[in-house]
Amino acid sequence: MSTKNWPLWEVFVRSKNGLEHRHFGSLHAADAEMALENARDVYTRRNEGISIWVVESKNITASNPEHNGEMFEPAQDKVYRHPTFYELPDEVKYM
Amino acid sequence: MSEEQIRNLEAQFEERIARDEKIEPKDWMPEKYRQTHIRQMSQHAHSEIVGMLPEGNWITRAPSLRRKVALLAKVQDEAGHGLYLYSACETLGISRDELYEQLHSGKAKYSSIFNYPTVTWADMGAIGWLVDGAAIINQVPLCNTSFGPYARAMVRVCKEESFHQRQGYEIMIKLANGTPEQKEMAQDALNRWWWPSLMMLGPTDAESVHTEQSMKWKLKRKSNDELRQQFVDQTVPQADLIGLTIPDPDLKWNEERGSYDFGEIDWDEFWQVVKGHGPMNKERMKARVGAWEGGAWVRDAAMAYASKNAERKDKEAV
Repeated sequence: MSTKNWPLWEVFVRSKNGLEHRHFGSLHAADAEMALENARDVYTRRNEGISIWVVESKNITASNPEHNGEMFEPAQDKVYRHPTFYELPDEVKYM
Repeated sequence: MSEEQIRNLEAQFEERIARDEKIEPKDWMPEKYRQTHIRQMSQHAHSEIVGMLPEGNWITRAPSLRRKVALLAKVQDEAGHGLYLYSACETLGISRDELYEQLHSGKAKYSSIFNYPTVTWADMGAIGWLVDGAAIINQVPLCNTSFGPYARAMVRVCKEESFHQRQGYEIMIKLANGTPEQKEMAQDALNRWWWPSLMMLGPTDAESVHTEQSMKWKLKRKSNDELRQQFVDQTVPQADLIGLTIPDPDLKWNEERGSYDFGEIDWDEFWQVVKGHGPMNKERMKARVGAWEGGAWVRDAAMAYASKNAERKDKEAV
């Protein structure tokens, strides 16, 4: 039996230049180097990527969905942050 | 939380699913939803992992380099699919070690089809064509299931799976058009894999205990019998096309239904295999547990190497 389990890593892949790295999934690996190698084999067997980031899952701080109210609702009533809030005469073009 | 609060949360939860909203791992969910998903996703992952064994058997004896690279790539995909699904399952708060433990102790099930032996090269054709064909029918609806990580994993799995079925059917085409012995080998493989493939789509609707709940949670979109009919209807013409005969004397086109009628499935055999009495159950678990235990020193060595490197880096930083 193993004495210590391999930690969990999150994998982010850039599918081509010009696009951001996107979360692809996770995997277990002993260290960062192995996480990168495993990510290549698990997530990019068919040219899905040209760049990979791995980060140990325990280093990610996530918001709690139970607090979504106080986190995200304040943005809902701020319609003045959108261009459609402002009234313009019909004659105005290109604005 | 009071019982009423829980009832409220459950009602809201069911409404979200009815609206086709996805559920993500940190969202509140009924305990039964969590448990059902752990069970189904881990069974699915275990099936991918155990599913490598019957085919791994033929990699070294593939008849050409073309067949060998294809089979190797397929088995590697299955490892990948198992890994996507295990990670998705772990988001529900169960560890990889617990999942393996459940497989190795026999507590968790895997697809009973992998408890049949692969005795000839034609079995590689029949597995790709029939077993992966049935799996695709099962899996495509899961791309829209309610649990986000499962749905995302399934999108990847389904995209990769279609090559598996084609490579299998191509093997069958080649053998069916070969020497009389080769054609006979292909027919023999079809004879042995046909009924287990039909069983793979699960017990009949009348016997299936989880169907109603699973439909509600979109873990299932069509019933087992509907999926089975779809499989028969799409596969029979493929057999006809290459001159092979489906081993079912009751198989007949039903003009009225626009579908094939087919014979009675031997459910006793199915339940025997599920309960562990199939031809290869013991062998599969022995190989799987043996690989896990035999690999323990490698996993330990990798961890020891990683911590030594980390310590060295810390020292250099001082």
